[in-house]
Amino acid sequence: MIKISNLHKSFGTLEVLQGIDLEIAEREVVVIIGPSGSGKSTLLRCINYLEEPTSGTISVDGIELSGEANINAIRREVGMVFQRFNLFPHMTVLENLLLAPMKVRNLTKAEAEKNALALLIKVGLESKANAYPEQLSGGQQQRVAIARALAMKPKALLFDEPTSALDPEMIKEVLDVMKDLAQEGMTMVVVTHEMGFAREVGDRVIFVDGGKIVEQGAPEAIFSRAKEERTKSFLSKIL
Amino acid sequence: MKVGVCVDLNFEIIQKAFPLLLQGAGITIQITALSVGLGLLIGMIVGVARLASIKIVKYLANIYVDFIRGTPLLVQIFLVYFALPILTGSRIDPFIAAIAACSINSGAYIAEIFRGGIQSIDIGQTEAGRSLGLSWYQTMRYVIMPQAFKRIIPPLGNEFIAMLKDSSLVSVIGFEELTRRGQLIIARTYASFEIWLAVAFIYLIMTFTISRFVAYLERRYQTK
Repeated sequence: MIKISNLHKSFGTLEVLQGIDLEIAEREVVVIIGPSGSGKSTLLRCINYLEEPTSGTISVDGIELSGEANINAIRREVGMVFQRFNLFPHMTVLENLLLAPMKVRNLTKAEAEKNALALLIKVGLESKANAYPEQLSGGQQQRVAIARALAMKPKALLFDEPTSALDPEMIKEVLDVMKDLAQEGMTMVVVTHEMGFAREVGDRVIFVDGGKIVEQGAPEAIFSRAKEERTKSFLSKIL
Repeated sequence: MKVGVCVDLNFEIIQKAFPLLLQGAGITIQITALSVGLGLLIGMIVGVARLASIKIVKYLANIYVDFIRGTPLLVQIFLVYFALPILTGSRIDPFIAAIAACSINSGAYIAEIFRGGIQSIDIGQTEAGRSLGLSWYQTMRYVIMPQAFKRIIPPLGNEFIAMLKDSSLVSVIGFEELTRRGQLIIARTYASFEIWLAVAFIYLIMTFTISRFVAYLERRYQTK
């Protein structure tokens, strides 16, 4: 479903991604872990072109990324959830969910609203439809952000450290929503430090360091029987 | 021999001149509103252009802003009213010249206000919009501009007040706004003191009213 080959990305003279090859299947949940500055967020952001790759190819659902029109076509199909939520503060929760479906998918307001309310029920926030983002807790905001991404009915969802900006007691409510999505068969790529989530929900764990994929495999294999020294050393610091 | 200055205010002259001055004030408001209105349009486009990734667009916008901010409005008015007709071969109506010079001037300052406003919005907002599949234009229109607009209300209010005062400069091309009206009445009555006092007072009332109104807008939009 997502196919990345020989992806390079440099910021000035700093080469953040040094040749990444990665294929992600439909309904697969891939968790990317690695130390900060390893390039894991950049990798994720390249998939929907928030960062422009220096070289290499990325294709999503058979469409290869090239040119502005194409980028929008891909972004419609790949949702993104950010560390800092990035809800639109001048709109209510409901309006946040309506904007893109109405403007990009050209749904009528009634269709979009029906869809949006169903999603708010799914993330347990139907009572907050008319609240503004600043009136919500961090965990609630992130659940709205997930619902907003889902409102576009994407084929895959990217999560960029979705729980890193949350107070500890709010992490679970967000992870629970993500777990449900995984169980429903959503294709997900998740950059996270939540190893419990990786172990429980991930189909595959990828360890990135120094702009390269160092090791990958089933969660059990990575967490208990890592082969590479760098993987072991990283895991020993965080587990 | 008297020491000091003693002025007898002739209230009758002020009273007589007041309706004429108020007419002039009306015209001053017209010029200002039209100029800032057109300036808003220019400023929004140029402000966005200054942030454009296309180099030529950005450079042209920079040249415009630098030129306008680096030259006096008075000279710009002369350029439009006296120099432009030499190029085109036809005279320009003072009203058109006044509006043109003031809105081109205002546009440059408002462009900077817009640029600052847009840049003050977190980049994550643009990323969220684009990642949902919104185009660049849609992201600007529905996500960035509504937020930027709230933030630039106070500086826009200041620009309006500055333009209201600076519009007095168009009196030099004979356009009869408030200041020019004052000059003409003084030429007839020699009552400099009374008339300039009255003119100043009318400007003060206008600017004070506007600054109160802007403060009100600011409060209203901050609650959301």
